[in-house]
Amino acid sequence: MALTREQLAQRVAQEFQDGYYVNLGIGIPTLAANYIPDDMQVMLQSENGLLGMGPFPLDEEIDADLINAGKQTVTMIEGASLFCSAQSFAMIRGGHVDLTVLGAFEVDCQGNIASYMIPGKLIKGMGGAMDLVAGADNIIVTMTHASKSGQSKLLSQCTLPLTGKNCIRRVLTDLALMDIEGGKFILRERAPGVSVEEIINLTSGELTVPDHVPEMTV
Amino acid sequence: MSGFDKVVTSYEEALEGLEDNMTIIAGGFGLCGIPENLIKEIKRKGTTGLTIASNNAGVDGKGLGLLLEEKQIKKMIASYVGENALFEAQMMSGELEVELTPQGTLAEKMRAGGAGIPAFYTATGYGTPVGEGKEVREFNGRHYILEEALSGDFAIAKAWKADRYGNLMFRKTARNFNPMAITAGKIAVVEVEEIVEVGQLDPDEIHLPGIYVNRLIQGTFEKTIEQRTVRKA
Repeated sequence: MALTREQLAQRVAQEFQDGYYVNLGIGIPTLAANYIPDDMQVMLQSENGLLGMGPFPLDEEIDADLINAGKQTVTMIEGASLFCSAQSFAMIRGGHVDLTVLGAFEVDCQGNIASYMIPGKLIKGMGGAMDLVAGADNIIVTMTHASKSGQSKLLSQCTLPLTGKNCIRRVLTDLALMDIEGGKFILRERAPGVSVEEIINLTSGELTVPDHVPEMTV
Repeated sequence: MSGFDKVVTSYEEALEGLEDNMTIIAGGFGLCGIPENLIKEIKRKGTTGLTIASNNAGVDGKGLGLLLEEKQIKKMIASYVGENALFEAQMMSGELEVELTPQGTLAEKMRAGGAGIPAFYTATGYGTPVGEGKEVREFNGRHYILEEALSGDFAIAKAWKADRYGNLMFRKTARNFNPMAITAGKIAVVEVEEIVEVGQLDPDEIHLPGIYVNRLIQGTFEKTIEQRTVRKA
C-alpha cells in the first residue's frame, strides 16, 4: 500500500535527531511536526523569521503578528527567537539549519529538483524554496512517486524549470525512500506491502536496487 | 528646529514627493507586518507606473492588492504572488510585469541596497530560470550567481513601537522584510502602533536605529489574518 500523508509525515520524523534545527515546507512536511518523539528536542525554523515554532494557537491565543511561512497563525515554544528575513535566510543559506523537508513536482537522478513552476499554468513563485535547496546539505524531498495518470516523477532529467541544481540527496515518496548518488537513484526502503517491481516500474530515472530492500516502519 | 524628530502627523505628509513611475521597497510577509495605511494612501493619491519590491503582493482587496484595482503597479518584484486573482489576471494579460525573486535573495538585495553593497554572489537560483543571463562564478568548487542590490525612491514599512527619533522595535513575525526595506529607501516612511518619547526605549532593545528612518507616523491597523488556524483546547 502506498503511504498515506500521515505515514509520510511519520517517516520524515524518523530523520529527526535530538538537537536538530529543522525547516519544514508547506503540506506533508509540516505534518511531520506532529511526530517529533517525546524524548527528543527539535526546533522548527519558519523562514518568515521564527526559530522555535510551536503548534497552532488556542482560539484565545491568536495573534495576527505571529504566523508561519504558510501565513497560518502559530505559537512559539519556550526558547524561541524572532528575527528579520535577512537573518532568517542567512541561517538557511549559511548551512546552519540541520534538516530541510520540502515537496516537489519532479526530482531527477542528478539531484535536480523542480517544484515551483509549470509553464503555461499559473505561476505563483518560488517563495523560499530556491534558497532552502541551495543552502541546505541535508534535504528530504517528499512527493508522490507518480502522477495520478501513472507518470513517474523520478526522472533521468527534470522536464520542468528547476528550483535547484544538483542539490537533492534523499527523496521520500508514497512508495519508497531513495538516495541519489553518482547520477542514480538508490532504493533504500519500500512502503509496507509495495513490491520492488512496482517501484522499478514507476521510476523513470536510473535506479539501483540493492539485494535487500527493507520495508519502512511506519 | 525639529532635529532628529521624524514624526509627521498626516499620511499625506508621510508620502509627500511620491510620484508616478517611482520605485518603492515595501515591508511585510503576506498581510503580516504590512504598512497598510501607507498603501491606502498610495491608492488615494492615485500614483501610477510604480515598481514595487515586496515579498508578496497582498490579496484581493487587502495590502498591495489594493493598488492593483486601479492598475497603479507597473512592475512587481516578489517571491510569491499566489492568492490574488486580480494579480493573476493582470500578470497573464501582460499589463503587470513580474520579476520573481527567491525570498532570501530578495531580503539580501534589500539589505545590500541599504548597506552600500552593489551586488553579491549567491548559490540560490544557479542553474534555474532565476540564474539565466546572470554572471556565474565558482568559489571552492560551487557555482554562484551575481545578484544586484535593490533600492527605492521610497521605502514603506510597519514597525510596532518607535521613539520620536525613529528608533524602531518590531513585534514577533511582523518584523520580516521591514528592517531591510527601510534601509533600502531613499525616503523611508515607517508607520507604527505607538510612538513614545525619546529616552523611553532601552537602546539595547532597539531593532533598527532611527538613522534609517526619514518619516514616522502613528496609525491604527486592521491586521488581517490570512490563514486563521487554531488547535482545540
